[in-house]
Amino acid sequence: MSRPDKFIVDGRRLDGRLPDQLRPIKIEVDVLKRADGSCYVEMGKNKVVAAVYGPREAFPRHIQDPSKVVVRYRYNMAPFSVEERKRPGPDRRSVEISKVSKEAFEAIIMKELFPRSVIDIFVEVLQADAGSRTACINAASVALVDAGIPVKGMLTSVAVAKVDGTLVLDPMKEEDNFGEADMPFAFLIRGGKIESIALLQMDGRMTREEIKEALNLAKKGAMEIYNLQREAIMKQFVEEEEENA
Amino acid sequence: MPEDILVDIKKDYVLSKLKEGERIDGRKFDEFRKVEAKVGVIEKAEGSALVKLGNTQVVVGIKMQPGEPFPDTPDKGIIIVNAELVPLASPTFEPGPPDETSVELARVVDRGIRESEAVDLSKLCIEAGKKVWIVFVDIHALDDDGNLLDASAIASILALMNTKVPASRFGLGEDYELPINDVPISVTSLVVGDKFLVDPSRDELSVGNTTLTVTVDRNENIVAMQKSGDYLLSESMLEEILETSIKVAKNLREDLLKQISKS
Repeated sequence: MSRPDKFIVDGRRLDGRLPDQLRPIKIEVDVLKRADGSCYVEMGKNKVVAAVYGPREAFPRHIQDPSKVVVRYRYNMAPFSVEERKRPGPDRRSVEISKVSKEAFEAIIMKELFPRSVIDIFVEVLQADAGSRTACINAASVALVDAGIPVKGMLTSVAVAKVDGTLVLDPMKEEDNFGEADMPFAFLIRGGKIESIALLQMDGRMTREEIKEALNLAKKGAMEIYNLQREAIMKQFVEEEEENA
Repeated sequence: MPEDILVDIKKDYVLSKLKEGERIDGRKFDEFRKVEAKVGVIEKAEGSALVKLGNTQVVVGIKMQPGEPFPDTPDKGIIIVNAELVPLASPTFEPGPPDETSVELARVVDRGIRESEAVDLSKLCIEAGKKVWIVFVDIHALDDDGNLLDASAIASILALMNTKVPASRFGLGEDYELPINDVPISVTSLVVGDKFLVDPSRDELSVGNTTLTVTVDRNENIVAMQKSGDYLLSESMLEEILETSIKVAKNLREDLLKQISKS
């Protein structure tokens, strides 16, 4: 991949999107049989699947916390998910993504309800195309609901990038690789409203004003994703009810 | 167990002081601990710095060697940041491969240096596509009394500024100073309820590792951010922390540059 001369031509991005437009998103709930909750998400060319196990007894014992549940999050990329084969197993990037994602979920899970237990969230990136951590969080969030785990609200994640001095929502690969900044967010959304920021990272170069603008752009995108997450969950539960009727 | 009880007591103390609008060590909310920096402390290294941030101590050493460039940047040098939280620095650090905390620390420090373009990597090309300089930034924690991250970031950039490219050792001409374009400063704040404390000490961190790190370049751009810890951040708090971090970074940078110009 080489750097494009221009990222935005006549107001349109390389893939024809407007700066504030998301890539197409597909969300499917309950796609795995063995997991307690699961979800498959496509965001553009990202294809990720999330599974939630638990709350279950925490092993090894010494990780147990008598006052609350332990949350584990494993972000893992399949070797074939990227252009050049990724060596299997966690690298430093995956370790960091897993850490900040886990902390975002810890902030929204009602942890006190399940002392001495563990909730495992596993996300597998089958195909990556910029923003895989955001796709994974969106999938994991739905999988948590599918598993029936009490949460304060929905976690919804999206990134904003800066290319040619313009802020763009949900960057694609080229914008991510060659852009001037990248800023992933995850929001706690409760009662249809964005309440607070659960995940925030940034690298690149931005002024304070641009960060504020990026936040607003991300909030707009997150609300659209949230509606799709909600729709997918509703559809799932209506189907379940019909089957049971 | 006694350690746990102590943590709880400290936590209560920190929180009760906060209610009175004070920090346990009497600092203002936006006040860094005293920073003492010394460069060139390791003669065998290409560059080095020892930084004391209050009682927190970190030494960073720079080693360089020629190596193959990345295929997508054939004419640019490479920086690799690595952090070792050795057991000597804290009773809670364990020997073994880097855990998520040290990986995060190294990557956030790396981002600040990389994104501010502090090191002019284009001047580290030896033969395009074949050979470039690889700069190893090794962070070695000595004493963790809180906020190792900022101490490490400061020590890293000071060590880089202290670095001489060892060209003669590899038969590549005369040694020269590593070209530095910027001095990024990272500012970590501990978020507690509706307040935030800049440069938290270890005792203050007993309330939880709920921090936001903002790295600022010399033109007051933000070049890196990392929210760390299981808490929810409000938009207004983000705004306030950004404003304070920019201000704090500016003063800290001036202080550091003064210190190393004297030594």
